[in-house]
Amino acid sequence: MPIAYTPGLRVTGDAVLHLERRLPMKGEVLVSPGEAVTSETAVARVEMPGNLHTVRASQLLNLEPRELVGHMVVKVGEAVETGTVLARTQGLWGLFKSEVKAPVAGTVEEVSLTSGHVRIREGARRVEVLAHCAGRVTEVIPDEGAVIETRGALVQGIFGVGGERTGVVKLAVSSPEARVSAESLGDCQGRVLVAGASVDGETLRRAAAAGAAGLVVGAISDEVLREYVGYDIGVAITGREDVSMTLILTEGFGELPMARRTWELLASLEGQLASVNGTTQIRAGVIRPEIIVTREAAGGEAAEAPAQILQIGARVRVIREPYFGALGRVAALPSELVEIDTESRVRIASIALDGGETVSVPRANLELIQE
Amino acid sequence: MPDASRIVATDCGSTTTKAILIERVEGSYRLRGRGEAPTTVEAPFDDVTVGVLNAVGELEELTGETFLQDSRVGTPRQGDAGADLYLSTSSAGGGLQMLVTGVIKSMTAESAQRAALGAGAIVIDVIAVDDGRQDHQRVAAIRSIRPDMILMSGGVEGGTIQHLLDISEVLVAADPKPRLTRGFTLPVIYAGNSGAVSGVDQVLADRFELLVVDNLRPTLEQENLGPAREAIHRLFLEHVMAQAPGYDKLLTWTSAPVMSTPRAVGEMVQLAAQQEGTDVLAVDIGGATTDIFSVFGDQFNRTVSANLGMSYSVSNVMAEAGVANIGRWMPFPIADRELRNRLRNKMIRPTTIPQSREDLLLEQAVAREALRLAFAHHGALASGLKGVQQARTMADLFTQAASGASLMNMMSLGLIIGSGGILSHAPRREQAALMMIDAFQPEGITKLAVDSIFMMPQLGVLASVLPEAAVEVFRRDCLVPLGTVIAPAGRGKPGEPVMTWEIGEKKGELSYGELVRLPLAEGEEATAVLDPRRGYDVGAGKGRRWSGPIAGGVAGVILDGRGRPLELPEDAAARGTKLTEWMRAAGAMPGEGR
Repeated sequence: MPIAYTPGLRVTGDAVLHLERRLPMKGEVLVSPGEAVTSETAVARVEMPGNLHTVRASQLLNLEPRELVGHMVVKVGEAVETGTVLARTQGLWGLFKSEVKAPVAGTVEEVSLTSGHVRIREGARRVEVLAHCAGRVTEVIPDEGAVIETRGALVQGIFGVGGERTGVVKLAVSSPEARVSAESLGDCQGRVLVAGASVDGETLRRAAAAGAAGLVVGAISDEVLREYVGYDIGVAITGREDVSMTLILTEGFGELPMARRTWELLASLEGQLASVNGTTQIRAGVIRPEIIVTREAAGGEAAEAPAQILQIGARVRVIREPYFGALGRVAALPSELVEIDTESRVRIASIALDGGETVSVPRANLELIQE
Repeated sequence: MPDASRIVATDCGSTTTKAILIERVEGSYRLRGRGEAPTTVEAPFDDVTVGVLNAVGELEELTGETFLQDSRVGTPRQGDAGADLYLSTSSAGGGLQMLVTGVIKSMTAESAQRAALGAGAIVIDVIAVDDGRQDHQRVAAIRSIRPDMILMSGGVEGGTIQHLLDISEVLVAADPKPRLTRGFTLPVIYAGNSGAVSGVDQVLADRFELLVVDNLRPTLEQENLGPAREAIHRLFLEHVMAQAPGYDKLLTWTSAPVMSTPRAVGEMVQLAAQQEGTDVLAVDIGGATTDIFSVFGDQFNRTVSANLGMSYSVSNVMAEAGVANIGRWMPFPIADRELRNRLRNKMIRPTTIPQSREDLLLEQAVAREALRLAFAHHGALASGLKGVQQARTMADLFTQAASGASLMNMMSLGLIIGSGGILSHAPRREQAALMMIDAFQPEGITKLAVDSIFMMPQLGVLASVLPEAAVEVFRRDCLVPLGTVIAPAGRGKPGEPVMTWEIGEKKGELSYGELVRLPLAEGEEATAVLDPRRGYDVGAGKGRRWSGPIAGGVAGVILDGRGRPLELPEDAAARGTKLTEWMRAAGAMPGEGR
C-alpha cells in the first residue's frame, strides 16, 4: 500500500470549526448557548486561589503542635498583612516573648493541630478565557467554559511559538519565495505579518518591537528561533514562550518557500482579523499552530479538499535530505524494496522533480501537496 | 509448573501490539512466528483487545495455525485450536505514571524513585523536603500532573514524623486528580517511617486511598524495595489497568496477570544476568524516550530518560548534549546551522528516514549522545545508598570510597543488549555495535547483542510462569549476537603498544588509538590470550594476562585500543580522520566494503 507522510495539516478557506474554550480549573461560565461572541468576549472566569504559604508556627515557637491553638493571635478565615503576628508565646514573666509573623498578605486558611503549621492563602487572581474567534456559542461546558462555533479560513502550521493573539493579516512580501527584510516591514502594529520563504533574526526582532501580533513564514533557521525565544527549545511542546509576537512556520526549518496554496489563501485574507496561536505539541495528541479568520458564510456546507493518496502523478514535496524541499510529481511506485544509499532496504517512489531530474526517494520522506 | 507446548504472548505498546508464538518442539522451546497490529486503546476503538485480536490474527495467517476462539485467544487448547498459555504485557495508554515523595531527595526520595522505576513506572515528579521548592510551588507542580498513584516514603524507622505530615499536607492542598478519571480516589502507597502512619492517615483522611507497606528505607544502610514494588504492581492491575479501555476483558483472557512492559523487560534482564552469570546492561532507545536496565552484582535498576529519543525528542538530545557534542561524532565537518535545522526538521516530521549516508551518520551521532546521556542519568540513580555512615580505616583514606558511588562497573559488565529502531534496524549490525561501544565505553571483555524484534517484554512475562521456556527462547531466538568487544582500560599515547593478543589462529599487537575487527561468526567461539601492557587492564588486573573463550557474532571481535575514558582528538580534521579510520576498521562506514 502506498504510504507517504501526511502531517494532516489543514489549509482551507471555508471550514466550520468548534473551539473548546476551557478554564484551567472550575469557575463561572459567562456565556449562554446561541450567544454571538467576538474574539475578545470573555467566555468563562475563575478566581484562581492564591498561593498557599506554610508557616511552621509550633516549631518556631517551640511548642507541641496541639499547643499551638492556645497561642494563636489570629483566627482561621481572618485576613492578614505581611508582618501580622500570627501566634505568640508569653515566655517567662513576659520577658522572652516569641512571635510568628505572616510572611505574605492573605487569609489564614488552616491551623493544623497535627503538624502545628499555619497556612496562609494569598489573594485570588482572576483568570478569564476569551472566545479567541468570533462566532456563536453552541455548547456550555458547566463550570468550565464553552464550545464556540466559527466558520472561516483555517491554516495549520507545522511549528510555532507564542500563545493566542489577534491581528489584521498583512502581506510583508510579494511572493511565497521571497525573504522578508526589516526594511520592507512597514506598519506592524496589531498585524499578523505573512512572510515568504524565511526571516532573519533582525527582522523578527523589529517586527515584534513594532507591535506585530504574529508572523507567519515558510521556514526559519533554528539559530534564529533560539535567538528569538532566548534558549534552545528541547521538548516539542510550545505556546508559553515569553515573546510578544506569535511565530508560525508553515513548512519547517531552513529556507523553504511557503506552500503556494497556503500563500494564496493568506493573501486572499489580507486586511481581515486573524486569530493566531503558536501552541505546538509533537507527540501523542498532536497540536499544530493555527491561523483562523472568521468569515461570513459563503452559503451551503463548508467543503474541504478531499484527502489525497500517493499515486502516480501526485504532487509531492521531499521532506528530507538530500532533496529536502524539492517539489515534483510521482513518476513510479515500485512495489519491491529497494536498497538506498544508507544500505537500508525501503519502499521508494520515483519522483520527477520540477527541475527535470528524476530521483528515487523513500516514501516515508514525501509529503503530499494539495492542488 | 504448567505443561505448555504452545504459548501465545502479546505486548500492547502505545502504538503497536505485537504477538509472538512460542512452541515446544522435540523438547525445546522456540519462537515460531510473530504478528503485529496497531494498538486500539484510543478512539474510535477504545478497546485494547481489538488490537490484540488483529495481531494474533496476523500470527494465525503467518503460521497457518488457529488461536482465536469465540473472539478471544482460546485457552486451554482444544485439539489444534487455541493455545496452552496466553500472556500479555502492556504499556499502552502512557504506561504507569507516578508521583514519588520522600524526605531527603538523595536518600529516601531516591530510594522511592528506584522502587517506582523498578516496578515499571514513569516518575513524573519527585517531591522532597529539600527539593528547593516552596510548598505553594510543590502544590502547583502536583496540580499540573495527573498521576496514576503516589508513592510516599521518608523517615527511617524511629526517624522523622513531622516531615511526613508536612508532605501529606502538601498532597491534601494540591488535591491531585487521577489520570484515568472514573471516580476512584487516588491511591497513595505509604512506605515510610511506620511511626508516622497514624498521623499521615489522619491528614490524608478520606481524600486518598492509603495503602501501607513496609518502610522502603528502614535504616540508612538498608533499602527494602520489594514490598513497595509489589504494591505498585498490584495497584497497577487493580486500578490503572482495570480503568483502561478493554483491559477488563483482556485480564480475563490471560493465563497470568498482565505485566507492565518495562517491568517484564526488567524481569528478563535479571534472568539473563543470572543465566549468563555476569553483569548486564540493556537499553531500549525509542522515538521519545530511552529506558535503561542494569544488573550489577545483585542490584537491579531501571531508569527512563523521558525526553531522550530519536524522533519526537531529537531536539531535546540536541539541547541537552549541545550541538558540538553531536557534531564531534561526524567523520566529516557539518556546519552547526545545518545540523540544527536537520534535527529540527526530524522533530517536526518524526517519521522520515535518512536517505543519504551523511544523514544516517548524523542520526547515529545523535544516538551516541542520547545513549551517553541516558546512561549518565542511569548511573546517577543506580548507585549505592547515599547518606550511609561508613566506618573508615587508614586504608580507606587512600581509596576515597564515598557513599552513593555508582554501581556501574564497566569492567564487570559482561553483556550489553540494545533495542529500539536505531540499534535494531541499523543498516549494518557493525554500526549498532560501534554506537553502543562509543556511548557506553565498556571495559575489558563484553559481549554485545541486539533484541531485533523487541521480544523481551513477552519473554519477561513468560518467565513468571515458565522460566525455562523464557530462557531457551531468549538464548536462541531473541538476541542477535553482535560479537565481543575487548577494550583494555587505561590511558596512553597514540601509537604506543597496548596489548598483544592471540585469538584463535590469529595474533597481533594492538596500539593506542587503534581499532581492529576480527571476523568470528555467530555461534562460534575462539580462545583468546590477551597480554595487556603495564597500566592496561582487560579484566585480570593491570598488566596481567587474561585468557579464555570469547564469543563471535555478526560484527565479530572488536579490539578497541582507544583507551578509557574514550577521548576524541580536539582538532576537527584529526578527529574526522580518526573517526573515519575507526568506522572503516569496524566495518561500520556506510557505502564502503566491510
